[in-house]
Amino acid sequence: MLHSLTIAQAHEKLRKKEVSATELLQACIDRVEKTDGTINAVVHRNFEGALIEAKKIDAAGTFDSPLSGIPYLAKDVFCEAGVPTTACSNMLREKDYIPPFDSTTTKRLKAAGAISFGKANTDEFTMGASTETSCFGVTKNPWDTTRVAGGSSGGSAAAVAADESLFALGTDTGGSIRQPASFCGCTGIKVTYGRTSRFGVMSMASSLDTIGTLAKTVEDAALVLQAIAGKDPLDATTGDAPVPDYRAALSKGVKGLKIGLPKEYFIDGMSEDVEKAVRAAAKTFEKMGATIVDVSLPYSPYAIATYYVLCPSEVSSNMARYDGVRYGHTVPKPESLIDYYERVRSEGFGPEVKRRIMIGTYALSAGYYDAYYRKAQKIRTLIKRDFEQAFGQMDVLLAPVAPTPAFTIGAHTNDPVQMYLEDIFTAPINLSGIPGLAIPCGFSKSVTPSGVEELPIGMQLLGPHFREDLLFQVGHAFQEETEWHVQKPSL
Amino acid sequence: MTQLTPDQVRHIAKLARLRLSEEEVAKFSTELTSILQYVDKLGEVDTEGVEATAQVTGLTNGFRADEIRSDLAPPDALLATSPLPITDHQIQTPSAHG
Repeated sequence: MLHSLTIAQAHEKLRKKEVSATELLQACIDRVEKTDGTINAVVHRNFEGALIEAKKIDAAGTFDSPLSGIPYLAKDVFCEAGVPTTACSNMLREKDYIPPFDSTTTKRLKAAGAISFGKANTDEFTMGASTETSCFGVTKNPWDTTRVAGGSSGGSAAAVAADESLFALGTDTGGSIRQPASFCGCTGIKVTYGRTSRFGVMSMASSLDTIGTLAKTVEDAALVLQAIAGKDPLDATTGDAPVPDYRAALSKGVKGLKIGLPKEYFIDGMSEDVEKAVRAAAKTFEKMGATIVDVSLPYSPYAIATYYVLCPSEVSSNMARYDGVRYGHTVPKPESLIDYYERVRSEGFGPEVKRRIMIGTYALSAGYYDAYYRKAQKIRTLIKRDFEQAFGQMDVLLAPVAPTPAFTIGAHTNDPVQMYLEDIFTAPINLSGIPGLAIPCGFSKSVTPSGVEELPIGMQLLGPHFREDLLFQVGHAFQEETEWHVQKPSL
Repeated sequence: MTQLTPDQVRHIAKLARLRLSEEEVAKFSTELTSILQYVDKLGEVDTEGVEATAQVTGLTNGFRADEIRSDLAPPDALLATSPLPITDHQIQTPSAHG
């Protein structure tokens, strides 16, 4: 069962020549062939190109890098030269957009020897919390195929949970790595804004977008981030802070650390199972020698409203580039340039993208800018300050990722506000730019006519800017102590 | 309470270069109104004297030399992704003058 290995386990086998990169990749390809008809996580397959890469790596025979010969999937917004990249949108699908260049992240992974073998499903241009807005159809949760895998990186999370891929790249603008990780029972790192380069990744909201990964363990997430983190001259918003040795941080334990539980993240209406699982995790940390303290982040209740002004505003600006000129959808016999733009965009974009473009255009239009965009940016300052004050007293914070486990496909289709509230515990982290690590911490059990159904529950560890090392330290200690992360869905 | 009329929705769509069907206008009037009414709660927060945050990690303007480089992708490869005809290394668009 090579496809079910972690990166760290696979690396050992590759290094000792017990398996080849080609065999490992073929095992993942076979797994995709077997399970993806059920879960719909992979939207573009680059198996032949990947097998050529694997043969080259086997021929070289050096497995010094921990990612050398490790197969992965990239969310369908990471540009890779020669590989279709379509943001799961009809805007780029009709004549598949085939980028002539690589994103910095996929380029760095290639340099580290990792092998991209396909593209993972996402909400259209990453806009959604369920992967239901993808033009390729919804990704199904490997634990229960009547439920969503979460989103927008739902394909990445489902593929990792189903052992189709050893890891998968994702993006997190308001929770898009952490929430699907939580719904599918895998580990996901949302980095500090600017820790990883956004170059070559299709933008949604430029002041919030971050590039990260979904993986089977904290250790694996640390190995991937090590390869992709750091300053990039092609993305002026990447930070100068040095990249620490993440693996060295893993073994430090939690003894003596102060972990805060923000009371605004335990609210009326949330699932009892989720609250219980996260509080039980806090008890586990206490047993391991950490101190648990209640904290307050008073501006949390305004985070979603702030997010749904800032994000659509930036969306309306970023989506302006999709006008049928440089790439994407086109229409015949336009009467004029304006007619061309309007027809291309109306046919190419789906309803959620149009909805966000419209809100953003309204919020930024003459007379409304101060009331919406500037007001939201000021509240963003207050939300960020909440976290700064908390980290003055705490080392890390512990909170649920989402108020419920995975919801049923179609549950929020006709109510955009309900869908937006899915981001209630994740969006504040993007607004303040801090890192968040989502890890499995339990299961919600319910009795159904077909038996007892189990759905994964995730928690998130939050830390100060550029302290991903501290999150890996705490998360790895938890995974050493518990076995939630090794549970697998039966597919 | 913010309420968007169908005419306002048509106006926003025009600014955003989107052409909406009458059904979409009706649907967006309801949906955008419910979103904006939710967002109205921002008005409860006193932001007197609070600075706006645009960049969260404290970076200020980052400058670089304005160099033309074609090592990332050759110009003709970038043009090749256009769905429109290419003439003399330029994309031939519909007329801007109607």
